[in-house]
Amino acid sequence: MAGAGPASLPPTAPAPVRRARRGKKIAPYLLGMPAGLWLVIFFLVPLVTMLSLSLQTCDPLTLACTLTWRWGRFGDVFSAHTTQFARSFTYAGAATVVDLVVSFPLVYWIAFRARRKSVFLMLLLVPFFVSYVIRTILWQFLLSDNGILLGSLKAAHLLPERFHVLDTGFAVVAGLAYSYFPFAALPMYVALERIDRGVIEAAFDLYAHRPTMLRRVVLPLALPGIFAAVLLTFVPASGDYVNATLLGGTGSTMIGNVIQNEFLVFSDYPSASALSAILMGIMLVGNFV
Amino acid sequence: MGHEPIPHVDPALIRGLTEPRYSRRRFLQNAGMAVGGLSLASILAACGTKGIETASNGSGGPNAGLGTPEWWGQQQLHDELRFANWAYYIDTAHGEHPSLVQFTQDTGIEVNYSEAVNDNISFFSKIRPDLQQGNDIGYDLIVSTDNDPPISQMVKLGWGIPLDQSRMTNYYAHSSKQIRDPSFDPGNAFTMGWQSGYTCMAYNSKYIQEPITSLQSLFDPKYAGKIGMMGIASEIGSIGLLAIGKDPVTATPDDWQLAADKLAAQRPMVRSYYDASYLRALKNEDIWITMAWSGDIFYAATYQGYDTLQVVMPEEGVMFWTDYMMIPYTAKNPLDAMTYMDSVFDPQVAAQIADYVGYVCPVPEAQEIIRTELDDPVVADSPTVFPTPAIEAITHHYPSWSDPAVVTGWNETFVPIFEG
Repeated sequence: MAGAGPASLPPTAPAPVRRARRGKKIAPYLLGMPAGLWLVIFFLVPLVTMLSLSLQTCDPLTLACTLTWRWGRFGDVFSAHTTQFARSFTYAGAATVVDLVVSFPLVYWIAFRARRKSVFLMLLLVPFFVSYVIRTILWQFLLSDNGILLGSLKAAHLLPERFHVLDTGFAVVAGLAYSYFPFAALPMYVALERIDRGVIEAAFDLYAHRPTMLRRVVLPLALPGIFAAVLLTFVPASGDYVNATLLGGTGSTMIGNVIQNEFLVFSDYPSASALSAILMGIMLVGNFV
Repeated sequence: MGHEPIPHVDPALIRGLTEPRYSRRRFLQNAGMAVGGLSLASILAACGTKGIETASNGSGGPNAGLGTPEWWGQQQLHDELRFANWAYYIDTAHGEHPSLVQFTQDTGIEVNYSEAVNDNISFFSKIRPDLQQGNDIGYDLIVSTDNDPPISQMVKLGWGIPLDQSRMTNYYAHSSKQIRDPSFDPGNAFTMGWQSGYTCMAYNSKYIQEPITSLQSLFDPKYAGKIGMMGIASEIGSIGLLAIGKDPVTATPDDWQLAADKLAAQRPMVRSYYDASYLRALKNEDIWITMAWSGDIFYAATYQGYDTLQVVMPEEGVMFWTDYMMIPYTAKNPLDAMTYMDSVFDPQVAAQIADYVGYVCPVPEAQEIIRTELDDPVVADSPTVFPTPAIEAITHHYPSWSDPAVVTGWNETFVPIFEG
């Protein structure tokens, strides 16, 4: 740190003003530096490397790569995996909708009605102290064909014998919705919590019905929270590959699985990088639209 | 050597048969709560640079000059061996490996044994940068399976030390012909087999009463939704080729396509394309019939109470994979490694290891030792440890993955089936 704090000020009058001003000017940069360096080292450098790698051509045996500017690869890998891209966005979208629909009433209740808010928020978060992968693996046991849930329903002849949930797209969407639930709930809670109660009273004073009040007052004020919730749920969910690996079956592979395979199994780093870049590009464009 | 009482090995100890050997789930757990596209991208990038830095290091053979008779003549024992192997893949009792303790007593070579291999490809990715730069990878002896490309690639890249054929007396006297002379390493110039296994099929007789003898049962609409296949290109492609009556080693790309067509038609009936997790699905009765690794089923049925699980060696053939030992060219203790490699083909040592791990034993003579001296007829009579001539007759090998074009073409043909 540059010594510009008040403690180091010399006793003479004019100089300290100038120095303090300069200190004020650079302070924000100094404060932002750790995070900035972090971003540069762990985000910007990898990002640039990835983009460069996606334009390289690697020898499949030696993995020696040279920059060949093969832009055509982007088209190739995209057209070869349109199904998985479309599926990822469909699953992530469905999971986001489920999360919004389920969590809105819940956090509304916590924000406006519940007595011990922190207790309920805590309850909401407790399951997420357990590792993400372990929670998803436990779903396999819950949803297994003859497991606790389906097994008993089948025993009661409420379901046909070959009915299954595990290894389907439905299970993947359910898993995604579950995994990212707090990321939808918490931003909406913060938004709802900040709404001035007086505004709601004013709505009632103006003879608004409860649905009208919700629609015209609460919802618009909660919109930033909803937007944050959508981002925090949809973006990671579309890149997720854990749920599809553990809960999915035939025809529920997501783009994250494809990237993982390209990178770890087939050692095709350029294709994996190109797919990641496309995924990021779509996300970025999606955010601004 | 080896006639002292062998410590009792508790059969209830995990014999490695249940150990997920190719599991991507393991990666997931290790990957630390994977965070999707962005973080994956940074891993990608990190690894990408390694390729760039070593671009000049072609396939000229960094092992040139190593492993000649004169070179071996100059080597000395350092009384140290660093051995990287799969988990649960050597005899274990009370936290020790009796066969290694015995080896140290006999030769004075201390073995630093590590269970470093969880997956052929990720282990290869880990040691690859060091091998490319000519650095010691921390192991003098490594093990890799021939159904995945890395072992072929390492031989092709010249990353193994040519073995001292004059120090392979036990190997040539006792080893099974099934593991000799693999297609990627003619004349065992660089590698010797450790243990082997079969990729075959399995079913649950609780649900399937008719006798299953053919791979065609995996394509039977009766079992739609209850069929498991492997989402591993080498495995599903090979089984597909066997199902259309082709030998994977001699099959042409046209044959690959025919097999892929058959597998694609089967897709709507397949519950899921599994890695080692097929075993969980089979045990949970999510699937009734599946591609399988022989040892898994033998162990689950014999020791874990899943007695309705049946292994089938289908009449069309079975795939035989072998884990091969190789001395990386940067090894510090090559002579110690060479000494150890040959010692495991002593039938006494082989029996001790096979009785614990339960995979296909590379030394047929170990069968009688396990039956009589170790008094373990269950293992001695298991066709998944000591294959019968009938099984050997239908055994097929994997194509050589030394040619990158084969790997690429194969993946392009078979990967869309399980990635679709």
